This record gives sequence, structure tokens and C-alpha cells, in this order.
Amino acid sequence: MTPVDQEENDLFVDPQRCIGCRACEAACSECSTHRGVPMIHLEPLDPFESVKTGPTLCMHCDDPACAAVCPADAIKRTEDGIVQSSQKSRCIGCSNCQIACPFGVPKIYKARAQMNKCDMCYDRTSTGLKPMCATVCPSEAIFFGPKSQIESMRKNKANNQFQFGGQKITTKVYVMMDTSEETIDMDVMDFMSSSGLEEKEPWA
Amino acid sequence: MAKLPISEDKIFEQFGPHLKYEPPGGWEKSVEEPDSKVKTHCCFCGQQCGIILKVKDNQVIGFDPWEAFPFNKGKLCPKGVKRYLQGSHPDRLLYPLENRSGVGYERISWDAAYSRVVAEIQRIQNKYGKDHFAMLSGVSLSNEKSYLVGKFARVALQTANLDYNGRLCMVSAGAGNKKAFGIDRAANSWADLLETDLILCAGTNVSECAPITTDYIWKARDTRGAKLIVVDPRITPIARTADLILPVRPGTDSHLFNTILNLMIQAGDVDQQFINEHTVGFEDVKNAVAKYTLDECERITGVPVKSIKTAAEWWGKAKRSFLLHARGIEHHTKGVDNVLSCINLVLATGRIGKVGCGYATITGQGNGQGGREHGHKCDQLPGNRDITNPEHRKYISQVWGIDEKDLPGKGLSAQEIMNEIHDGKIKGLISICFNPLVSLPDSNFTREALEKLEFYAIIDFFMSETACHADIILPGSLHEEDEGTSTSAEGRVIRIQKAVNPPGEAKADGEILLEIARRLGKGKYFDHFKKAEDIFNELRVASKGGTADYFGITYEKIDKNMGVFWPCPDLDHPGTPRLFEGGKFYHSDRKAHFNVVEFKPSADEINSDYPIYLTTGRVIYHYLSGTQTRRIGFLSDQCPDPYMEIHPRLAEKYAIQEGDGVKIISRRGSIELKAKIVKTIRPDTIFVPYHWAGKQSINRVTQRALDPISKIPEFKMSAVRIEKV
Ligand code: SF4
Repeated sequence: MTPVDQEENDLFVDPQRCIGCRACEAACSECSTHRGVPMIHLEPLDPFESVKTGPTLCMHCDDPACAAVCPADAIKRTEDGIVQSSQKSRCIGCSNCQIACPFGVPKIYKARAQMNKCDMCYDRTSTGLKPMCATVCPSEAIFFGPKSQIESMRKNKANNQFQFGGQKITTKVYVMMDTSEETIDMDVMDFMSSSGLEEKEPWA
Repeated sequence: MAKLPISEDKIFEQFGPHLKYEPPGGWEKSVEEPDSKVKTHCCFCGQQCGIILKVKDNQVIGFDPWEAFPFNKGKLCPKGVKRYLQGSHPDRLLYPLENRSGVGYERISWDAAYSRVVAEIQRIQNKYGKDHFAMLSGVSLSNEKSYLVGKFARVALQTANLDYNGRLCMVSAGAGNKKAFGIDRAANSWADLLETDLILCAGTNVSECAPITTDYIWKARDTRGAKLIVVDPRITPIARTADLILPVRPGTDSHLFNTILNLMIQAGDVDQQFINEHTVGFEDVKNAVAKYTLDECERITGVPVKSIKTAAEWWGKAKRSFLLHARGIEHHTKGVDNVLSCINLVLATGRIGKVGCGYATITGQGNGQGGREHGHKCDQLPGNRDITNPEHRKYISQVWGIDEKDLPGKGLSAQEIMNEIHDGKIKGLISICFNPLVSLPDSNFTREALEKLEFYAIIDFFMSETACHADIILPGSLHEEDEGTSTSAEGRVIRIQKAVNPPGEAKADGEILLEIARRLGKGKYFDHFKKAEDIFNELRVASKGGTADYFGITYEKIDKNMGVFWPCPDLDHPGTPRLFEGGKFYHSDRKAHFNVVEFKPSADEINSDYPIYLTTGRVIYHYLSGTQTRRIGFLSDQCPDPYMEIHPRLAEKYAIQEGDGVKIISRRGSIELKAKIVKTIRPDTIFVPYHWAGKQSINRVTQRALDPISKIPEFKMSAVRIEKV
């Protein structure tokens, strides 16, 4: 295994490269702390217009709304910027965090009456490994490494500042923003011949 | 007999598919320190990703990414992540079973099972002749097992009628490669993808069927600005970001490639020096493609003139290029032609055998590459030798220690074997690693055929839908339950490490075949095989001097180098990641051969009764006939049932909405399933994935028409009509 230097590395999500395979969910669900339940979720980007998908995982906000609204002070942010899952002994399963998070990340797991979410594989990163999702992702839509490295490799830009209404949120996790005009809505007919064939076609 | 002893529902109740979600012993046990961590490979596609299996108490309890393995560097698709759940699955067959009419499957001893199998083989062969007992095999088996099956069928069963499920997979590409290059292997390792400027993917759903290849393509685009052209009737995930999308009408690929070549020739974008020095047959091809015009191409393929021109310009002018294709162009009655029309494009530019210049078919099955080289193909002997070539026959007979006249000749291909079973000519069958009831076309016909067999024995680890028809079921082993090697899509020979023993009374596949051989009185040809490595060492000798030469490859060398690329003719040879360097090909004239391809229509006619094209394929969550992946909870949950992809334009015409029930009807049969409306499929075409059985099997609708050379069925184009239900 290649140990990676934790200080220099960040997590990057590049939805453009996501192939919708759910390897991230499958691998995340194998973790010994949340056994069978993935903390990362694959979402359709626009379910009515497109088959495109993108992974949603905790963005690890600099100033996490989930922790701010927690009445039991169960959500802690570590010194290196990881917003951890709720502490079992404190969490009262009230759902405040779920409502407050602008990215829709925390989920209350009824079976254990507790909020669980991605802690960026603290067990792995603390021993020099990459988070599991970034290790297995077949297309490197989830990437863990230095920012300079990904920026030199890819055409799109890493962004970690998001505007929600009047509020600006800065996160530890970066999203690779598309630089092209590309829309997520693609219709095969835009790439097909349209020269006077229509009346013979089964769809006409 | 080969009939179901009890109702299908009762069989499924007992044998599944049931879904398994948790590791053996539950999640609690999975956190315990494993007894061992075994570095091996995934079994679920031709890429053969490196993976580490965690073992405790003779069970695989989880996985770890194997980041040091150079091909995938720890990457895995969800099949790889969850594959460990199959070993300890409650549906595993744990002891031999006998089919008793009206009763079900009864447990019997191994001795009783072997005795019955051997008695039936002898009875049928004595009564009807040797070739009336056939064998079907598959290329999820290791190289050692593939070799053993080839020798077992020819030496122990003495039947010519041995074929394999690669007949549904790699044979069009293999035949095309042999005709053009004189060798059947990807021309390059994937490392050359990283060094290329233009990638053309034809009929290959890379992201779902070869997921790790996605990263290679992206890296070439990121680091070198490589362009990507995708030829496919669907905008597959890899196509979504392509620079040029050519959504061809199913079955019209060779028209497109011929036209592109014609445009390139007209523009002077061919490498005349390479053509003169290293190829033959160009003038004939040039003359043949001269009549393929742009307008005609647009009319036939449905791809706009502008896009065809752009493709010809990009391909013509590129400095480096890599062409990848897969079943999308190969599963046709003109599959070999389609492959050859692609290869003509590569040869005309001379961009092969150099850094960043390449060509490959993407092998689909786990060991689709190695499996087909070493002997369970009806026309081949080990080392990719030809069973009709007297020299080749003589050499292999010597290695096997048999008289050349006792070596059977060329047999029938897989579909032809099923046809002869249906005709009542082939009376007995033994199969391993093949689920023809799901994977062959026209499954109603396959079912009728199986029911006509006088005797059928199967080696399997789960009760596959085909196994339900067997008279005797011999519980075999999984990938992780035996030692061996396998050869990835790149041509890299890798080691499969044994992680656990087969559970219950199940046995390693090889052990079962060896015992049957012994009881057939042929022990002396097999008794020296004490372990898998002994088989590999004989395979090395048998392949020596053949095109697929493994002689210089040893287990030790593979372990040391994380794989060795064949051909590797002697022990000091480093292996051959890139073929054709210096323009040297494998025909006796050392040249590459152009082949004239004329566009032909598909076998199934589109008309007003059957106006829609049906094409079939895979989804990322399942492997082949689904016997394994339909039993793994996570995978099955993502895609529990087949569905029909349809464009909104076509859906609107039939007033079909998302999730509506629809019936698809062909000249063979029909199927009912739910509609999934997507804008990414041509509106004259529907798509259905093929991993399911019985009423959910799209192969009730597909046809048995075969390519005349490769004998691959035309899965990728059936004429159908649809009805809302
Ligand atoms: S199925 Fe293929 S891509 Fe997926 S993990 Fe296995 S070998 Fe890798």
C-alpha cells in the first residue's frame, strides 16, 4: 500500500468523471465502524433530464452547520478539519443536523438512533492510507492527494467555496468545477442525422 | 432425462438465488484480525483487478484494495468489492446431488455420483459414438483448468464436441485478429493508452464493462489532451464526455468504418510507407471502400455527414491513436467483418506497435483471453494451435502422450452443439462454468434442447438455471478456492492465489475432472497432475512454439513481476507488453493483412411488424448470466430486475411512461418488463440487459443466427415490436 502524507492531501470530487458505478458506496459500506451502511451516496444530478450521477459525501465545512445546531454537542470537528460522526454517548437522534446541513449529508440511522456520516476514513488516513472511496473509485471521480497534483492533471478547477443564499461556506473537501459549457442534459438525437429520414423511423 | 424434477419455484426456494449482505459470521467477525491476507485477482471481468482477500477460519471475510498491483492500483468496481460474499453463501452447493423426478435433488456420495457419470458417458458413447457426448466449458476458469478441460475432453472423453462460453464473447475479435495479425491478443498493454492522442471506442461500454479502463482514458485526456470518439447506439457513461459521439444504428458499424477509411484515403491520410513495407492487401481494400460515400453512410448508419467527416479527419491526422472495441461490434452475424473494418483503419495509418499507438479488443470474461488460448475451443489446441493443422496435432499428441489418430478433430461450436442436442444427435453432455439457458440466444429453444438429453452432468458451485436440468450435479470450486493463473485483457498472465478450501464436500474443479478421467481408464495421461502448477508446467510445454507461447512464464516469475505478458518463449525473456514493434506481424510473411469487408444487413429483418432494433448488454452490477452476482445483496439491490431503455420520442409514440410495463416481441418469443425512459439511446433502438433467467431473460427474444466464421450469435441486433401492457 502506498502511504500518503496526510498533511498535504485533500479529497476532491469530480462529478464529470463519475460513471455511476457505486463502488464508493460498496466499499464504504464494508467499513468496520458502520458495517453494511455506506456513508457516501450516489445521487442522480438531475433525475428527470439526465442519467448523470455524482457522489455526495460530507464536505467537512470549516464552520459546520450540523455541529452548530446540535443541542447535545455531539458533533466534533478535529484540529485537522474533519467533522466527525456524532458521538454515540451524546447523540439524541433529534435530526437537527440533518435539517441544517446545506449539502444534505447527515442521516439518522434508526436502528442505532444515531446520526452517522462520513469522517473521511479517519482510521485509514491516520495511518497514511487514502479514504476507501478514493482508493477504489475506478474513474478517480473521487481523488485524494495534493491540490497541486490534481490541478496539474485536470482541466477543471478545484473549488471549496459555496454560496447558499447570502451565506458563503468554505469546506475541506473540494469539488472540481466544470470549465466547459457542457450541460448535463444530453439527448442522443442531437448527435443523429436529421436529414429527411423521420417518416420511415419507428418513432415518427 | 435432463428435466426439472420439481417445479422451478420449489427449486429456487431451496437453492436461491438468495441474497447475502453480510460477511460470514456477521459484521462482528469481520472486524477481527484475519488469519491471512491473500493477494489475488477479481473474478468478474477481463481486467482482473488485483485485490486482497481477508481470510479467517477458512472463509473470506472481506477485502482490502491492493494498491501496489500496477494495473488497477487499488481501484475496484462494486463487483470486485462485494465478490468476497460468494464463498460463504448459503446457496453454495455442498455435496453431489442427483435429480429424482417428482422428488427433487437428493444428496448422494461422490462415489455414487462419479459411478453414474462414468456409466452414462460409457453407455452413450458405446451406443451412439464418441462425439455424441459433448462438453461445454467456460472462460471464468483459470488457464490451468481451461487446459485441463481441453485435454480431458480430447483424451478422456475422446469427443470432438467441446466448446466454451467464449463463443458468446471473444470469438469474432479472435478470428479477426488472427486474420489480420496472425495472433489473437490485445496489441498493447494499457500503458500505451496513457501515451496516446486519440482514442476510438467502438461498441464498448467501457465504464460498465471495463470500469478501470475509464481511468486510463481520462488520464490520456487530462495529461496529453487526447480526444475521445465513441461509436455506440447509446450514450454510455464514457460517451457522456466524449469529444465526438457517433450514435450508429445497430448493425451498421462496418459501413461507418469503410466510409471513414475511404475519406482518409481521399485526403491522403494514410501511411503509404508502412502499408508498402509491412502489409498486404491494401489495394483491394482501397478499391472496395471507394464506393462507400458520405451520404450513403449517413442514410445507413444514421450518423450525420459532419460527424463522419470529423471522425475521418481526426483519425486520419492523429499522431498517435488507440482503437478499442468490444461486443457491441462483435456480437453480429458480421462480427468478424466489423472487427476487420476497424483493423483496416489502424493498419492504414501504421499507428500500431509503437509508443501510444495501439489496438485492442476488450476481453469481457474473467479469463476470456487465456481461456481461449489453451484448448477448450472446438477448433483449437493449446498455444492457440489449430486442431486441423497436422503439425500442431502431432506436437500436442506428443506432449499428451497419445497417438495422433486418437486426437479428435474439429468439433461443433457452442450454439451448434445445442442445435444438435435439439436435433437429438448429441445425447449426453457434461458442462462446467457455463449457464447456456441464460446466456445462449433463443432460450426457449435451449430449454427444449436440454430436456432432450439422455444424460447431463454439471460441475457448478451454485444451482444455476441450467444446473436445475442436470441429472447429476457435482459441486465445484470458486476462483478463490484453487491455485492457478489467468490472462487479463492486456495479455498479462497473472496468479490466482487460493484463499480457502471449497466448503462442505465441494471439490476443486480439477480434482473432479481428474477422477472422472481416471474412472474412464485414462488416469495415466493425468496422474502426474498433483497440483495446479504441474498443469501449468505442461501447458508451458504444450504452448511452446505456438503463437500464445507461455514457455518462459513460471509462477515464480509472475509473482516477482506482478504478471508477465505473453508471448514469452524462454525463461530469460521479459515478456511482450507491446506486440508488432518494428512492423513485425505473426503471419508467415511477417506482414499484417488487410481484409476486404463489404457491408451486409443483419440477419433479423426490420419491417413494419418488427420495426424496432433491440440490443442487449451488461450493467456494471452483474457478471454474465448473473449466477454469482444475483446472489450478492448489494449488487442485486442496485439492479434487481432487467428493464427496457427507451428514448422519450419512441416512448411517446406508444404512450409509455417511466416504469410502465411493456412487452417486447420478436420472431422467437416475448418478454415483459418495465420501461426506463432515457434520452441516451437512439429512438429506433431499445436496450435490455441480459443477466437474468426464465421469464426475465431477454434471450427468449434474441436469435440463433451466427457469424459464419466466428459462430458468435447476433445478440446486438434483433428486430422487435413493443406493446404497452
Ligand atoms: S469486475 Fe472488473 S473492474 Fe470490477 S473489480 Fe472486478 S476486475 Fe475490476
